[in-house]
Amino acid sequence: MSVSDIYIDLFRNNRQTIDAGIAPVINGCRERALQALSEYGLPNKKLEEYLHFDAEQLFAPDWGMNLGRLKMAVDYTEAFRCNVPNLSTLLYYLAGDTLVQSESAARVQLDNGVLIGSLNSMAKDYPELVEKYYAGIANMERSGIASINTMFAQDGLFVYVPDGVVVEKPVQLVSLLQSKVDMMVNRRILVVLGNGAQLKLLLCDHSIESRNALSVQVVEAYVGSGASFSYYDLEETHTANHRINELFIEQQSDSNVELKTITLHNGKTRNTIFATLAGRGASLNVDGVAITDKQQQVDNYTYIDHKVSDCTSNELYKYVLDQESLGAFAGRVLVRQDAQRTAAHQTNRNICLTRTARMFTQPQLEIYADDVKCSHGATVGQLDEKALFYMQQRGISESEARTLLMLAFVDEVIGNVKLEPLRDRLRRLVEKRFRGELGHCEGCNICK
Amino acid sequence: MKQNDNTDNSLVREISNEKYKYGFTTDVHTEIIERGLNEDVIRMISAKKGEPEWLLEFRLKAYNYWLTLEMPKWAHLDIPEIDYQNISYYADPTVKKDGPKSLDEIDPQLMSTFDKLGIPLEERLALSGGVAVDAVMDSVSVKTTFKKTLSEKGIIFCSISEAVREHPELVKQYLGSVVNYRDNFYAALNSAVFSDGSFVYIPKGVRCPMELSTYFRINAAGTGQFERTLIVADDDSYVSYLEGCTAPMRDENQLHAAIVEIVVLDRAEVKYSTVQNWYPGDENGKGGVYNFVTKRGHLRGVNSKLSWTQVETGSAITWKYPSCILSGDGSQGEFYSVALTNNYQQADTGTKMIHLGKNTSSTIISKGISAGHSQNSYRGLVKVGKNADGARNYSQCDSLLLGSNCGAHTFPYMDIQNETAVVEHEATTSKISEDQLFYCNQRGIPMEESIGLIVNGYAKEVLNKLPMEFAVEAQRLLAVSLENTIG
Amino acid sequence: MLKIENLHASINGKEILKGINLQVNPGEVHAIMGPNGSGKSTMSNVLVGHPSYQVTEGSVTYKGKNLLDMAVEQRSHEGLFLSFQYPVEIPGVSMTNFMRTAINEKRKYLELPPLSPSDFLKLIKAKRDLVKLDSKFMNRSVNEGFSGGEKKRNEIFQMAMLEPSLSILDETDSGLDIDALRIVAEGVNKLKTPETSVIVITHYQRLLDYIKPDIVHVLYSGRIIKTAGPELALELEERGYDWLIKEFEDSQK
Repeated sequence: MSVSDIYIDLFRNNRQTIDAGIAPVINGCRERALQALSEYGLPNKKLEEYLHFDAEQLFAPDWGMNLGRLKMAVDYTEAFRCNVPNLSTLLYYLAGDTLVQSESAARVQLDNGVLIGSLNSMAKDYPELVEKYYAGIANMERSGIASINTMFAQDGLFVYVPDGVVVEKPVQLVSLLQSKVDMMVNRRILVVLGNGAQLKLLLCDHSIESRNALSVQVVEAYVGSGASFSYYDLEETHTANHRINELFIEQQSDSNVELKTITLHNGKTRNTIFATLAGRGASLNVDGVAITDKQQQVDNYTYIDHKVSDCTSNELYKYVLDQESLGAFAGRVLVRQDAQRTAAHQTNRNICLTRTARMFTQPQLEIYADDVKCSHGATVGQLDEKALFYMQQRGISESEARTLLMLAFVDEVIGNVKLEPLRDRLRRLVEKRFRGELGHCEGCNICK
Repeated sequence: MKQNDNTDNSLVREISNEKYKYGFTTDVHTEIIERGLNEDVIRMISAKKGEPEWLLEFRLKAYNYWLTLEMPKWAHLDIPEIDYQNISYYADPTVKKDGPKSLDEIDPQLMSTFDKLGIPLEERLALSGGVAVDAVMDSVSVKTTFKKTLSEKGIIFCSISEAVREHPELVKQYLGSVVNYRDNFYAALNSAVFSDGSFVYIPKGVRCPMELSTYFRINAAGTGQFERTLIVADDDSYVSYLEGCTAPMRDENQLHAAIVEIVVLDRAEVKYSTVQNWYPGDENGKGGVYNFVTKRGHLRGVNSKLSWTQVETGSAITWKYPSCILSGDGSQGEFYSVALTNNYQQADTGTKMIHLGKNTSSTIISKGISAGHSQNSYRGLVKVGKNADGARNYSQCDSLLLGSNCGAHTFPYMDIQNETAVVEHEATTSKISEDQLFYCNQRGIPMEESIGLIVNGYAKEVLNKLPMEFAVEAQRLLAVSLENTIG
Repeated sequence: MLKIENLHASINGKEILKGINLQVNPGEVHAIMGPNGSGKSTMSNVLVGHPSYQVTEGSVTYKGKNLLDMAVEQRSHEGLFLSFQYPVEIPGVSMTNFMRTAINEKRKYLELPPLSPSDFLKLIKAKRDLVKLDSKFMNRSVNEGFSGGEKKRNEIFQMAMLEPSLSILDETDSGLDIDALRIVAEGVNKLKTPETSVIVITHYQRLLDYIKPDIVHVLYSGRIIKTAGPELALELEERGYDWLIKEFEDSQK
């Protein structure tokens, strides 16, 4: 019995429990997902896209799943403060897949038709709106992860910003894992930006207990014409936490999207981004930083599909790998025949600090249009010895010099974060990480 | 310099109306065995070549392993189903219709064929500078020139069949030692049915005084060619080896699945250059050779060096990754490639640099040019093993697109397991510069020739690595292959 | 201040320094001249502890301590400064951050508390003016995108910040136009006190017009083959090195 068969059985045997209390829009997509999973299975190393990350294996343990949706006892205010100093956000928590509004967010009156709330309840209150996008951007034919997530999806976050509306405050979603048993959490996020809308979304993944956990999250984002969307995804969990995150994003004409994925602490992580540039003049920036040690593993896979002409994509991923950690990056850029005047640039730079650390990198360009400017570059190397010596001559100790150089190395990504308070906080977190002071999530007073 | 450029120009102009000029067939009596592949066929090939028992066993092992395999599907290629039972695996054009063949007599038809291809088999007509040639048609080596001159220095240059007879200990020691028969589908097939190819042995301390070259010609219809080449460069030796290939124009697709193995010992240096001009098919994609080749060098010796240079203009489908295993400390691998595809050609080509020894270095320069409806992919692996301290690699792969119906793709893989490695990869894809074209046009150079000029300039970095005669030939080929790229 | 005795050093097994003897007292300015490849840069690299060079013989005493036992940064903390011939670019590390770290590491070594941000900024401003370095440089990455002259002025600025007791200026004049040369030299002269010493390594007399040496040495083939007063530099400017080399080689026979 294959791993996906186990989940298919589980699904069939618990169908009533899964469906209970869940909006018909969400329940209505399960059969399609089931079919896709039966046909394609869960991704494993046999797939080129998963050469270095065996997702199927991560699903294999007998994870507990909270299909009956028992309420988790999490004391948010007491348990956790994940604040970004000087940044006022609309703060929400996800405990498992259940959305909880922070007190501060509850006081804010959302106007101009902006909707932020539990995916399940929104799907009940606004079925037509949710149905239009839900499981429509995620492509289950190409992703076993999207299939299994859709099969079991019960709740998560829904954000809707109507045409021309600007949400000034960033929306911050803190996902908390708190469980007394080994657990798998399945979450779903749907973001819809109308034409000319603007939104900044900050996702923080934290865990409160050191049980083994697997979080499976699928994010779908629709970005209308001329809309602007910033997405920051910060993972700061611990070595027993594994995560598979898949982001599907579709951009209409002249939209602007900034995606940043930052992995500071984790167990095994796979981040997948499928971005489709579907309208002319769309522009996309995809960046990432991964800092790993011990036996941590970070695998970033991006697929950027230039479907139409005059779009731009820029990609920059940086890894610093220490001890026995494993890094992988694969970025595919597809430029279709009609996508003339495409500019697509991709860079992946990596530093291995030990010989037990290992990096795989695989930039890929697949180009069918002739009037294009595309490039990719990848390097694996070490810190600049000359710079180290220069700094030592000025009296800076070797370890301090190394830290400064590593900070400088990743700052090419962090320094680009447009939200200044967030940028400052990220810099601080990264610095603490390099100095070995970040053994656990910052600001959390449960972790010792 | 200036004069050179003018020569290039006139060359380009001269041939700009030429089609595939090697598309003729030679009417020579050829013994072709029945189509199909089974153990009996392998025994028959082995018997015809009078091979020892160990080699037959090697072939049978490879065949039985091949039976368990499937054609690889990972390349960015659309390969039609190939019926391996509908191919004849052995064709000998040297067998006289009547009576046993004499060793020295060569059918004048064959001589004139190679003359027509520009490969004189009489030593007195040899190209200036001296190039020794092993001429292979279909499954059999027709003639090897300058053998005597070379043997005075202890150099062995002959067909692999002859080497099996004359130097069995060397062949036994090295055959399959770089490319194991289990390496891949085509390598297994080749190991089972290989026919002629060249064998080169350069003894310790000898610099080979002339270029060695093998010219491969497919002539017979319904056959495949399965050449096997083995080059061994002993300590402190040097050799430059060239390979050329052509085939007649036919509507059927012909299969060419070769293996080239190179062993480079202490401080030895091997340069291996290829101008690949198998029949590419017609402008509608009908016919053409399927070129599925495994080429690999093992740099066993300290400070050994291997340089691959390839100009790929022919073949309907190319699947080929000349590679270097850098196990000797201080060894250096190089790969320079120009791959041009036009019409409906497909190419998936590149290299593998496997760094295992200490302080090894490798350089990869790849220039892809796609035109017409073709698909051109670079695929390369740079791997640095745990103990390969001080490994360095620099890769650059550029793609040029001519026209809007073709595709250019790059798939580099990097796998780094040593923290002292420095590995750099750069790639760019762009179309031919309109400013450059306009400039040429303004100076009175017609569009097609302008493209030829610019493409040659783009590929210069690689073409410069070729020996003189080949460089001229390669430039010519690039221009010819670019025909009809503008509407 | 500095005493070098019979110093031998090599790189990749090749001996470059073949027995250097040199004594520098507080307040002195020494010039070391010599043709290309004579070992001038090797000497400065060995003194500051570049890891590529191995000392095979001899000793170096600095302020009464064994210099060769100290780590690179400790030598710096003890007041040894090298103005590099080719200052390296360090992308992503801002000048401010770099200097603050350097200053505070030194203070930590001297068991002083870190400088407060406002004191640090005051210090920067004072020292910047010395070499006429624009304030915008402080926000840029170390040496990145600096012109040749700016890099050298930046070296002297750092020297001013770190207040070394012994500064080695390695070909500080190379790549400088006459105005930049004057600014750099003036900076060095202003920093000079009766307690501090300078070693100027140069090819040409022209820097010595601005920074007056007390003693001039000629280095050739890893040895000091001549030591004399400032007039030697002028003589070399006029007659070149060949006569000296010949003299030296004759004496070796």
